[in-house]
Parts: sequence; C-alpha cells; structure tokens
Amino acid sequence: MRKTAENADNMIAVKRLILITIVFSLCLNFYGEIDESIKADSTVKKTKEDKEGKFTPGEFMLEHIIDKHEWHIVTIGHTPITIPLPIILYSNISGWHFFFSTKFHLGYETYENFKFAKEGKNKDKIVEITSDGEILPLDMSVTKVVFSLFLSTIIIIILFISIAKQYLRNPYKAPSGIQSAMEPMILFVRDDIAKPSIGEKKYEKFMPYLLTIFFFILLNNFLGMIPIFPGGANINGNIAVTMVMAIFTFVITTFNANKHYWQEIYNAPGVPWWLKFPIPLIPLIELMGVIIKPVVLMVRLFANITAGHLIAIAFVSLIFIFAEIHPVLGYGISVLSALFSIFMGLLEILVALIQAYVFTLLSAIYFGMATAEHHETKQNH
Amino acid sequence: MLTTLLVLLEAAGIAKLGAGIGAGLAAVGAGLGIGLIGGNFMEAIARQPEAVGDLRSNMIIAAALVEGVAFFAIIVCLLILFL
Repeated sequence: MRKTAENADNMIAVKRLILITIVFSLCLNFYGEIDESIKADSTVKKTKEDKEGKFTPGEFMLEHIIDKHEWHIVTIGHTPITIPLPIILYSNISGWHFFFSTKFHLGYETYENFKFAKEGKNKDKIVEITSDGEILPLDMSVTKVVFSLFLSTIIIIILFISIAKQYLRNPYKAPSGIQSAMEPMILFVRDDIAKPSIGEKKYEKFMPYLLTIFFFILLNNFLGMIPIFPGGANINGNIAVTMVMAIFTFVITTFNANKHYWQEIYNAPGVPWWLKFPIPLIPLIELMGVIIKPVVLMVRLFANITAGHLIAIAFVSLIFIFAEIHPVLGYGISVLSALFSIFMGLLEILVALIQAYVFTLLSAIYFGMATAEHHETKQNH
Repeated sequence: MLTTLLVLLEAAGIAKLGAGIGAGLAAVGAGLGIGLIGGNFMEAIARQPEAVGDLRSNMIIAAALVEGVAFFAIIVCLLILFL
C-alpha cells in the first residue's frame, strides 16, 4: 500500500515537471512575440493617438466584453503590452494557416492575404482577400476566451485530481488542507442539489457532470472578476461557452430520459384527445418547452455575467466622461465611482455564486424530471 | 411615403428611445417580481421562523429565475443599441 502511494507521488511530481516545462517553453516562445509586438505597436500607436481624443464609452465598453485575438495587459505611456495569441485559420483556397497576432499589428497590415476587416459586413473579423473579394475563413484561433478556458481547465484538473489522490491514499483520515476547503462545497452539491432533485437511487450517475458544471462556472466567474492577467477574460459572458454547457445538459437529459418522460411530452395522460390529433397542439408546445429550457439556461448565465461586467466598466467610464467636461469633476466622481464599484463587485461575487448554483440546480431538476418514476395519479372521490 | 417616414424615424433615433424604454420596463418588472418574492419571504419567516433555511434557498432560486426573464429584455435592448 505504501509503495503505491509513493508511486502515485512520483507520478504527480513527474506530471508537474512536464507541465512546468511545457508552460515555460510556451512562455519563451511568447516572449519573442511580445517583444516584437511592443516594438511594432509603439510606432503605430503614435499615429493613431492623434486621431482619437474623445472618449467613446460605447466602444470602451464593447472592447472589454468581446473576444479578441490578443490579451492586452497594460498600456505604459504609448506602448501597449499585450500577449499575442495564435491565429489558426482554415480557408478553402489556401489551406491551414498558423501565425501569431503580432503579424496584424492592430489591424493595419495584411498578412498572407488575411486581414482584419474594419468596415463592411465582415466588420472585426478576419477575412481573406481573394480575387473575388473578401471571404471568411474558418477561424479556429486561440483567442482570449479560449486561452482563459485552458487556464481554468488546468486549474480545475490540478486541484481536483490532487484532492482525489488525497482521498484515495487515506480514505478514513479526516480531511485537511485543500480537501477541507472543497469538501463542504462538494457535499453541498450532492446533498442540496443532486439528491433532492434526482432522488436517492439515481443521483450518482449525474454527480460528475453536476460537480464539473458547478465548479467550472464558479471558477470562470471568479476569474472574470480579477482585473489582471490571468483573470479578466469575460468567459461566461461569451454566449458560445454557455451555449455549449446548455447543449451538454440538453444531450444528457435526452439520452437519460425514460419512456415516462417522452410520454408526458407527446402523449400526456389526462389531456383530451382533440388537442393531440389531428393538430398536435400540446405536443408542439411541449416540444418548444424542451428546446426553450436549455436556451433559457444559456441566456440567463450569459446575461447575468455580461451585465455584471458592463456595470463595472460603466462606473469606470463615468470617471472619464466627467473628466472630459472638467478634470476636477473627474476627480470628484472617482471617489463615488470607486465606492459603487466596490459595492457592485461584492454583488457580482454573490451573482457568480448564485448563477453557478442555479445552473447546476436546474440541470439537476431536468435530470430528475427525465428519470422520474411513474406516479399513479390518485383520484379522490 | 412609408420610406420617408422610416427615414425620419431613424434620424430621430426612435430605436434608441425604444431601447431605453425597454430597459427601464425590464428593470421595473424585475423590481416588482423580486419585491413580491421578498415580501412573501418576510411574511413566511414571521409565521414560522424555524423554516428560514428552506425558505431562503427557495427565495434565491425564485429570484434568479425572475431575474433571468428580465435579462432577456436587457439583451434585446443591448442588441438594438449595438447592432
């Protein structure tokens, strides 16, 4: 038993070493690109600064919400320090392309027939310049949100595998360290979300998915509130991310649904026959319900997190709007803005917790409905 | 005649006015809904103080669901403004 424990320790150490070397070599690769991007951006930025003087709050807000192909950390003076991210494109004409976003230099150059479209119907997307005009390639780049997703995935994997190893090694020991921090939350998901909604007999099958969803959404929300790298990417405020999670819930519900569930939808007992045939009204409405429930899950999480970020940005841009009128007003409003931002930040932490809880709870309720046993309806005369 | 009317409306920014009014109505709806939930929560605590734990978690769930609906309206208004 001790030998396997030592082997497990060795394996953890080896895996950590591999991970660190991979990350370090990637960082070295990035360093060259960051250097180049700083030198290039400093020459371009000077010409751009003359054009913009006014502060546009709409653009400012949108810039911080949407997904981008580079990660902007600070702007010291006139030079922005960004982490350029790889752009991976596939076009039907010229095949696969892989390059870093420094080649675009804030969208002013074209590279290998690709450029950022600044206007037109493909605004803010990468287009390929061909003889027929501009076409959109298949864009599979590692953008800011994708990179942040990788980071949070790595954090979750490292955290929970180490907790699981601790449990495996000594199952009868009282929890200590990181175990004792996570155990109440894991038990909370099991006892307050899974067991009441799905039932004692069947909840174990769904526990891995529910735990993953809960901690994934929670960690992404918390990372999004940290203003500096590696946090600060608007992950759950990207509708693609929430759509994928809602699709997972929908797929798991559909595949685990028993006959009783489908009967409730398409042939509900107790509904008069003329609502189902010849025009199947009730089945249509129930089918819409089946589709709409995951869609609502998606939009709820997306809207809550995006609104939280927008409010934080709005309070900051309030300072700049007032400062344009008179600098003293800017200083005055900054105190109020800071206080409100702190208050909204606390509210956002609450919203992060509540949204993770509600997403997991509703998923569990849908699973419970899908696997529910048949209840005989009692008629009291 | 219709096109001139539409051009005039667009120049006057009626779409943005609509977005603003819509967002305000969404806020009113959310406030009313969550206020009702909170009020009933207070009454229920007054009737049976020992059930506070159950009631609180159910209140949070109901509040999150009502807010979700209000956020639909906010997203539509944001789409009007920025698209």
